[in-house]
Amino acid sequence: MNHKATEPFVRITKRDEIAAWRGWLIRLTSLVLALAVCAVVIYVIVKLNPLKVYGAMWEGAFGSSKRSWVTLRDTMMMLCIGVGLAPAFKMRFWNIGAEGQILVGGIATAAVMIYCGNLMPTWALLLTSFVASCAAGALWGVVPAYFKARFKTNETLFTLMMNYVAIQLTSYCVALWENPYGSNTVGVINQQTKAGWFPPLFEQQYVLNVVLVMVLAVTMYVYLRYSKHGYEIAVVGESERTARYVGISVRRVIIRTMTISGAICGLAGFLAVSGASHTISTSTAGGRGFTAIIVAWLAKFNTFVMILIAALLVFLEKGAMQIASQYNLNDYASQMITGIILFFILGSEFFINYRLVFRGKKEAK
Amino acid sequence: MESDEAAVRMRDITKTFGSTIANDHVCLEIYRGEILSLLGENGSGKTTLMNMLSGIYYPDAGQIIVDGREVSIRSPKDAYDLRIGMIHQHFKLVDVLTAAENIILGMPAEGRLDMKVIDEKIREISSLYGFDVDPKQKVYDMSVSQKQTVEIVKVLYRGADILILDEPTAVLTPQETDKLFTVLRNMKNDGKAVVIITHKLHEVEEISDRVVVLRRGRFIGDVATKDTNAAEMTNMMVGRSVSLNIERPEPKDPQPRLLVTDLTVRDIDGVSKLSNVSFTANSGEILGVAGISGCGQKELLEAIAGLQPVESGSISYFDPNSGRQIELLGRTPHDICNMGVALSFVPEDRLGMGLVGNMDLSDNMMLRSFRCGKSVFTDRKKPHELAEHVVEELEVNTPGVSTPVRKLSGGNVQKVLVGREISSAPTVLMTAYAVRGLDINSSYTIYDLINRQKEAGVAVIFVGEDLDVLLELCDRILVLCGGQVSGIVPGRGADKRGVGMMMTRLGGEAAK
Amino acid sequence: MTQVLSLLQAAMVFGTVILFGAMGEILTEKSGNLNLGVPGIMYLGGIAGLAGAFWYESAVTSPVAIVGLLIALLCALAAAALGGLIYSFLTITLRANQNVTGLTLTIFGSGVANLFGGAMNKMAGGVGQISVATTSGAYRATLPFLRDVGVFSGLGFMVYLAIILAFLASYFLSKTRKGLNLRAVGENPATADAAGISVTRYKYLSTCIGAAISGLGGLYYVMDYIKGTWSTDGGIEKLGWLAVALVIFARWKPTQAIWGSYLFGALFWLFLYIPNLTRSSQELFKMLPYVVTIIVLVVVSLRKKRENQPPASLGLPYFREER
Repeated sequence: MNHKATEPFVRITKRDEIAAWRGWLIRLTSLVLALAVCAVVIYVIVKLNPLKVYGAMWEGAFGSSKRSWVTLRDTMMMLCIGVGLAPAFKMRFWNIGAEGQILVGGIATAAVMIYCGNLMPTWALLLTSFVASCAAGALWGVVPAYFKARFKTNETLFTLMMNYVAIQLTSYCVALWENPYGSNTVGVINQQTKAGWFPPLFEQQYVLNVVLVMVLAVTMYVYLRYSKHGYEIAVVGESERTARYVGISVRRVIIRTMTISGAICGLAGFLAVSGASHTISTSTAGGRGFTAIIVAWLAKFNTFVMILIAALLVFLEKGAMQIASQYNLNDYASQMITGIILFFILGSEFFINYRLVFRGKKEAK
Repeated sequence: MESDEAAVRMRDITKTFGSTIANDHVCLEIYRGEILSLLGENGSGKTTLMNMLSGIYYPDAGQIIVDGREVSIRSPKDAYDLRIGMIHQHFKLVDVLTAAENIILGMPAEGRLDMKVIDEKIREISSLYGFDVDPKQKVYDMSVSQKQTVEIVKVLYRGADILILDEPTAVLTPQETDKLFTVLRNMKNDGKAVVIITHKLHEVEEISDRVVVLRRGRFIGDVATKDTNAAEMTNMMVGRSVSLNIERPEPKDPQPRLLVTDLTVRDIDGVSKLSNVSFTANSGEILGVAGISGCGQKELLEAIAGLQPVESGSISYFDPNSGRQIELLGRTPHDICNMGVALSFVPEDRLGMGLVGNMDLSDNMMLRSFRCGKSVFTDRKKPHELAEHVVEELEVNTPGVSTPVRKLSGGNVQKVLVGREISSAPTVLMTAYAVRGLDINSSYTIYDLINRQKEAGVAVIFVGEDLDVLLELCDRILVLCGGQVSGIVPGRGADKRGVGMMMTRLGGEAAK
Repeated sequence: MTQVLSLLQAAMVFGTVILFGAMGEILTEKSGNLNLGVPGIMYLGGIAGLAGAFWYESAVTSPVAIVGLLIALLCALAAAALGGLIYSFLTITLRANQNVTGLTLTIFGSGVANLFGGAMNKMAGGVGQISVATTSGAYRATLPFLRDVGVFSGLGFMVYLAIILAFLASYFLSKTRKGLNLRAVGENPATADAAGISVTRYKYLSTCIGAAISGLGGLYYVMDYIKGTWSTDGGIEKLGWLAVALVIFARWKPTQAIWGSYLFGALFWLFLYIPNLTRSSQELFKMLPYVVTIIVLVVVSLRKKRENQPPASLGLPYFREER
């Protein structure tokens, strides 16, 4: 439908497909552009050589063996959440509630550690926490799913609200379990006995984290790609009409998938409490539930690409903390840089999916 | 009351979409103070032609002359400026707004909404022509007929005096149709030009002053209604029989496979789509379903497949192996599959329902079979083999089996879909518009496939829009008209004109 | 009695922050855009206002309150609108996913705000040391004729501004042509497009203007709620999400958001006024606004009353089909 007599100056047409290398080139270009913009911003704010700043970031993330492990541990945490979100998003169910699912998983784990710390050996504690955190996360995920499946309640808004209920629940538990009294923090749980903590394997503290999450990532990849459930998820996500036509119960798929999604995010809470900070607070999820949404979406739900993107974001975070202490900048710079980079990557998706046709040029078929 | 100068003159209008010629040098005249019927079968180009007057399409060639001046209509706004307004089949209304709000939506004006003035003007227009519109009523509370009224008032509010209505009575009850016709007569007497796009002969006879017939994109004839009759009009619409040389083997030992009794279906808005439909589909036989688009064929097939809720009736399936009689009414596709009923359905909406566009051929083949086997993993080998088999057998033109289905051309998409449905060894095969949009060769491949299924003893129900094909391919033809069975005739020796009459009038020529 | 009054006053102060946030987001969501970047935008508004006032007060020996007030106002509006522009550009023109873009904006906004806020704090000598006393005083100045009237004593002018804006927004949506067009865009963009309405233009404008209004919430928080300083405790973010909840609770009607915001405020502060609550149970009380919102969300989808539903095309992108 043309409003003017002449062809518009530039038309937008959807691309049929794009060579994989070209897609990656566009993404890489946008990343470089974003880094350039950040460099300018950094220079303007702190008048420092941006390359030195980036160097310091690298130091902060990988400077020492301990630091590298911490970076790896946090990358695994982000990956875990992304893995949890992948099936939901593939079904086009917008699970914005990862933050809350992580927290309830963390609460469940902390509860096990606190109440059963003296009653069971560590491996039993770990197993119980594993199950408890999965159950808690699953519950948090299945409630919005039920209402969406049955009444078509908007899942974006519902899962979002569940986050804040979870945060308050966490505050309640923190106040309940506070140690020492009056400090409003739980402190490190079972510091002496290390009951319920992830045991070090091969003399490294975080090996169990890595193993657990990688197993999960591979399992999810296989589940989505090769299992019957995964196929149903794909069909429901692509075309609900087709799903009904072949007799797939859309309602059942939604509830089942969100149970899994919530459970894995709850597991991330287990990871955070048992495997990292050994405490519970409202910052246990630390906004990662939201960041992981972006990670999962950018990776197009492919668990292996998620590793790369998660690693990038964690690197930024760790590096920024280094800059903060080294250059007297506060560590919120990492959030700003992360935001700028993500904006550019989001914007670059446009150039991957669409082509601009300028007036006069014939569109190549 | 006719004026001499044509309000609209369309000369040599041509429009093509890809390789399909929708309108081929069509000439048309519209006069004020007259009701014109634009008559033709599906695919004759009626709606496309009028869409060019309403600014949705732009002609590839030809001229449009309004009130003596040549014009270029590039958007609905241009059409409104020329006082042309079209009421489409699919209403463009915002549910949560009132009638008045919808009527003035998008009109250039600033500032406050003075609903009092607007309501007043709406009531004025309504009383002038005999409408019944409550400006304050919300659209979601309205019946289909009321929504249509809002669309008409919308167009009149903008000062249109050339009105085009696309299949207006398709969604109306007989009483509502009468009310509409009264309104149209009032508008005609007020000097407006009214064009109705329609299939329904009895309505043409009842309401219009002149009839223009299109067939396959070409202008066939232009007569005053009083100078013609139903038989002649049908002739113009369907033309002479064309011989297609489609094979038609004799059915071997046909046994009842599907017995439909008194099937009644209503859609979400409560409009009756099927009324007491009864028929039998026999094994080894092709039962064709003929009818104007919207006469209920889609609902019929979907009801049998378990995709459409049914109000009353019965659908009985006779299992050839066990001899059991199974009731299909109210079952979901999942249930039907689980009960062991091998029912295959090739829907009209190929990429939106029958296939997943973004998946490749293998994965689409898996749509019916992915549940087989006890393992939690999908067996991708069999569907892959099936895909390759289909590609080879049916000569599907595709870069490979891993290409997303949406990239294939229409004919190839259909081959993939039909190939898959046939592969599950059905006992009943239903197809809706199986050859729509297909080139000749692909069409014959499909006819071939269907015939082979028939020879294997499958009961085939073939919904089609091309009467020539139906007459040559089918053993029996069920003719639907307005959701009811107008007649069931043998395919061999059927008279095209007679079937055409049955499509447009319940009972056909026999009913007077 | 004074207990109730002081609860009411605390509720109104709290409520005003989220009322601005919610009002802006209602405007945005009416066009079909779901902007999860509201917390980030409120951050941007807050920090820009604070920065503007700060530079002004440091640059001039005897700052004039009104000028400080205006500068802060303009800075806040501009920064917040810029945030809305980024969102609009990405989601409308570059067709990015709305949820992901909104969340990124929140991350970005809180990062920028805390970065500059922290830096400013350092420059002023430590956390919470910044003080834009003069400007803040201007914001907190109560209206003279209400100074002694019960609840209204001690309420800055922005409280009333919020109420007035809410009524204006409501009037705009229900009684003007442009408001009608906007509603159509959010409900059924295809129909609006067919009627000749520029869907793109309406989405851009409503998102940017909505963002600007939300930014005022951040400004109020900084200037009045925490009295002209900056703290990195994430207070704005919490309030931002509560504003998003309020939009749902108010069923996308600005006038409903007024009493809704005060109700949320009262629920939030309720625990202070109930005797003998353990600190842990206090936290449970703070859950109430969100639980109430979930209940509203469920009830609305159950009852299906059309006027209470979210705009039909909320969260969905609209692209005109190519012919």
